[in-house]
Amino acid sequence: MASGTASRPVFGRIALAVLVIIAVLCGGFAAFAHRPSIAPIAPPAASTFSPELIARGELLSGAGYCSSCHTAQGGKPYAGGYAIRTVFGTIYSSNITPDPGTGIGTWSEAAFERAMREGVARDGAHLFPAFPYDHFTKLTDADVQALYAYFMTREPVVALPPPNTLPFPLSLRPLQAGWKLLFFEPGRFVADARRSAEWNEGAYLAEGISHCGACHTPRNALGAEKKGALYAGADIDGWIAPPLTRANPSPVAWDAAELAAYLRSGVSGLHGTAVGPMSPVVHDGLIKLPDSDIGAIAAYFADVGQAAAKVPATQAAADVGQAAAKVPATQAAAVPRALGREQIDRSRMRTFDAPARLYVTACASCHYNRDTVNPLRPDLALVSAVSLREPTNLIRVVLGGVSAEEGAPGVVMPAFGSGFSNADIAMLAAYLRATRTDLPPWPNLDKTVAALRRPDSPPKPSP
Amino acid sequence: MTRFTINGRTVSVDAPGNTPLLWVIRDELALTGTKFGCGIGLCGACTVHVGGRATRSCITPLGAVAGAAVTTIEGLDPAGAHPVQQAWGALQVPQCGYCQSGQIMQAAAFLKDFPAPTDEDIDAVMAGNLCRCMTYVRIRAAIKQAAAALKPAPAAAERAPADAATAAASNSA
Repeated sequence: MASGTASRPVFGRIALAVLVIIAVLCGGFAAFAHRPSIAPIAPPAASTFSPELIARGELLSGAGYCSSCHTAQGGKPYAGGYAIRTVFGTIYSSNITPDPGTGIGTWSEAAFERAMREGVARDGAHLFPAFPYDHFTKLTDADVQALYAYFMTREPVVALPPPNTLPFPLSLRPLQAGWKLLFFEPGRFVADARRSAEWNEGAYLAEGISHCGACHTPRNALGAEKKGALYAGADIDGWIAPPLTRANPSPVAWDAAELAAYLRSGVSGLHGTAVGPMSPVVHDGLIKLPDSDIGAIAAYFADVGQAAAKVPATQAAADVGQAAAKVPATQAAAVPRALGREQIDRSRMRTFDAPARLYVTACASCHYNRDTVNPLRPDLALVSAVSLREPTNLIRVVLGGVSAEEGAPGVVMPAFGSGFSNADIAMLAAYLRATRTDLPPWPNLDKTVAALRRPDSPPKPSP
Repeated sequence: MTRFTINGRTVSVDAPGNTPLLWVIRDELALTGTKFGCGIGLCGACTVHVGGRATRSCITPLGAVAGAAVTTIEGLDPAGAHPVQQAWGALQVPQCGYCQSGQIMQAAAFLKDFPAPTDEDIDAVMAGNLCRCMTYVRIRAAIKQAAAALKPAPAAAERAPADAATAAASNSA
């Protein structure tokens, strides 16, 4: 319709229209993203809260390992400043002590609840999902109140975290409203009436306060947990959080008893020890939970892992948390098979096989087992680190060792990274993969060791 | 400051967290029974106990033992009369002696996990402790003698006859 001579005014009008539309959309988005500030309050006196409520809050703070992220290394408890390194940039945790100026001292319970359930700070700013409000939204009102009571009665600390290093435009907090629209489902935990009370208690803890999926569920390109890949395993802080589903490659299926033992003590003779980011989960966090809650989480994950499919005998028992009574059939077979693999070292030693000699000289004095598995002599044919798809966890443990605070408390594994070359460690990893599993070899081990050795970079292993 | 206990005594050491535990034991705490061999965790001369388990101190960073209980050869037995030490003396195991404190610490921890060790167990676990004087035959005999001494009386009858025979043969050799 428009003739060529009219093109300039028409073009101008179109440009204007586009600008108007953009302005309206921006205004609309700003209105959509806006959250009101909640009026500050005078910090409530500790006597406002009952000791029972504070005690419940302390237990929940353990179940959520709040201190792991809200305490900087060497810093005061809950004063924030811990660096959470994400693929988008570094986010520093906030101060959640009741200091009025730099902490949450002026936050009313309503403001605290909104942060927990919707990821919005008292002043209306959207929080980044490094804070797992997508899990905490499932908490009961009573538990949110208990956590509020606990944190408002901690020692106030004046501390401001360093500024985040998120690049523009990711640093724009209002954009988080869009993220929430796409990925965030607010809502309380809904119990499954077909399941036992214990299973439901475990699911409530695991999906809510303990936010297990935050590490064990892979995330999409925008950092949201993939709904279709719940607990499928993921990279986290330069470690691998193993799959908690049937895809877990461990030779012995996890059952409720073994899960409970691991979550309680940090050690499973049939799977390995809690190191890396899992160590504080067990030793600083879950330590505050009673055995019954640990058992409930274990019963839930025994079901998530569908141990039934691998181990029919224990499933019925696992659901009610009595798996300890039986030794599953596959376990009975897997352990002797694992121990039998130790013979390979002896036969390969005799042929002057370099990796076998390195293994026997450096590793066997602690890792050799004869006819039973000693949990303090982790059997490398059973530990998850050797059977995972990625060599990351094995290499990290060999490089950096295990401190007395991690894994089995009070005992250590030396840090072989100080004496061994990348080639030595790659050779050991390849040897263990070949002699302790029937799985395909790990490619590019030399490069992966070099990448993991670099300090301060949570690198992705080259697959 | 890193706090831990050594031979039952609590110590605080002001050294960087990545300082090898062996340096701290020898240079800061002046316990020189523990030896420096290879420095890369491949010879066993520096073996101590951390939490009762044999640990190569040359590649264990100081920071890793915060809060832990470290035992060196000086603290294995107050009178230096641990059954492994007694067997070592009785069978005159050491030749030059440099590797012996590491050997003894490894053997003492080993016997807790394997109270009735077979030759294969000894080979597998003690292979990380090198002896340039080649006293391996005497080391094996001493371990078996110590195992016999450590065995509580009622359990002695349960011991495999073959093991007992081997130990006896080693002892008379």
